[in-house]
Amino acid sequence: MTRINLPVSENEIRKLKVGEEVLLSGQMMTARDMAHKYMTEKKPAYLHDVLKGSVIYHCGPIVKQAGEKYEIVAAGPTTSIREEPYQGEVINFYNVRGIIGKGGMGPRTSEALQKYGAVYFSATGGLAAVLAGKVKAVEGVYMLKEFGVPEAMWVLNVEDLPLVVTMDSHGGNLHREILRKSRAIFQRLIA
Amino acid sequence: MVFISKTVGKELRSEFLPMIKYLIELIRRTSTDISDDVVNAILKGRRREAVGSVARRLFDQIIRNIELAREKSVPVCQDTGTNVFYVDYPAGTCTAPILAAIIAAVRQATRKCYLRPNSVEILSGKNTGDNVGIGHPYVHFNQWRRKSTRFRLMLKGGGSENVGAQYKLPDASLSAGRDLAGVEKCVIDAVFKAQGKGCPPGVIGVGIGGDRGSSYILSKEQFFRRLDDTNSKPSLRKMENRLSRKLNSLGIGPMGLGGKTTVLGVKIGVANRLPACYFVSVSYTCWAYRRRSMILEGGRPIYDPD
Repeated sequence: MTRINLPVSENEIRKLKVGEEVLLSGQMMTARDMAHKYMTEKKPAYLHDVLKGSVIYHCGPIVKQAGEKYEIVAAGPTTSIREEPYQGEVINFYNVRGIIGKGGMGPRTSEALQKYGAVYFSATGGLAAVLAGKVKAVEGVYMLKEFGVPEAMWVLNVEDLPLVVTMDSHGGNLHREILRKSRAIFQRLIA
Repeated sequence: MVFISKTVGKELRSEFLPMIKYLIELIRRTSTDISDDVVNAILKGRRREAVGSVARRLFDQIIRNIELAREKSVPVCQDTGTNVFYVDYPAGTCTAPILAAIIAAVRQATRKCYLRPNSVEILSGKNTGDNVGIGHPYVHFNQWRRKSTRFRLMLKGGGSENVGAQYKLPDASLSAGRDLAGVEKCVIDAVFKAQGKGCPPGVIGVGIGGDRGSSYILSKEQFFRRLDDTNSKPSLRKMENRLSRKLNSLGIGPMGLGGKTTVLGVKIGVANRLPACYFVSVSYTCWAYRRRSMILEGGRPIYDPD
């Protein structure tokens, strides 16, 4: 099990290979559909400091508010492929070193991972209770009023998030591999 | 489809307050506590995967998550989905206050974080914040012959909803004709295309026949069945078992990262069709397969009577 602490260097990220299991710690930010559209269209400058050398987590959490404090109640990954039109540009513009999500992403993102030095981590879908327990603190939130709780950009401090590298910065792609193998079986099954 | 005004729920008489309380408990149980038949299927899936494999480790995580959610009374998955209620009520019941009680319970359960605010308006793009809006919650009423009222609740996640599919037979691209062999090809195609996007190992609900709308509803109603039940129609029972085996042979595995368990089960229902139509609807639910029921009898709740 490899441990990675955020922020992380390009050099360190390029060492990761598909299939590697990782425990990830440090500060990261959640972003899903509205946030990706917003980051691509509006390019807010205030996110540079938050995202540089960090990772984006495709996640729409359940959050409890107690006075001024937020507590993450449930925080599993959401399906990543919806961000495919935006992801490469976001990685490049904000110097992001990784994406956490589920289901994998497409060729444009894969190209960006290779070009700019980043990886795609798979988190286990539905692992809301376990993953919420790995969030040590909510450091802040952006666009909460505009986007609502699931779509807001939550800055989280996490410890030992259990992940698997499924797309690396060398073109390795476990999702594509499984797709290729299962297609051969699929074709036999429907023949 | 039930259209809900903002004021619904505010005019409830006090006699419905206990019903609201029991419904909140039904929502809590559904969101935080996976039923035993699903847990058993997950444990069985885990045993199939090789020791030391990623698939096995993902199963371990899933099982730990189910235990933790139950212990801490927090949602198993943060996507608490579409809130689908099926209500069977006795003759002579007025359904309007029951609907109002459901809406009140959904609002309170959202405040208690058993549900994520999950209802987004199409035109404004705004999240209503309380899971209530046009078509939300989804409530289906049916009068039955008993004296009690039964509430069935399904929390149907969005990621797996996105990988559902509908086919019309014949389908030339799959060489699928208007028979059960053709139906099988549709189901295999849908699960293959879903890969890891529906959070496998999933459960597959299939509706054969009907019109486009009723066919999809039929496929989703299959999720109210127990995973360990037996289809009363022998040909469908055999098909469910056969499809489970074939789908698991695809090797997609937990979260689509490879493995022997892609589905926990397949459930199939049929409805008559028109001569011109032959629809096959495939609904997919993730492993966080959440549905429970409650019967109100003499004003007292019985949870999960079956």
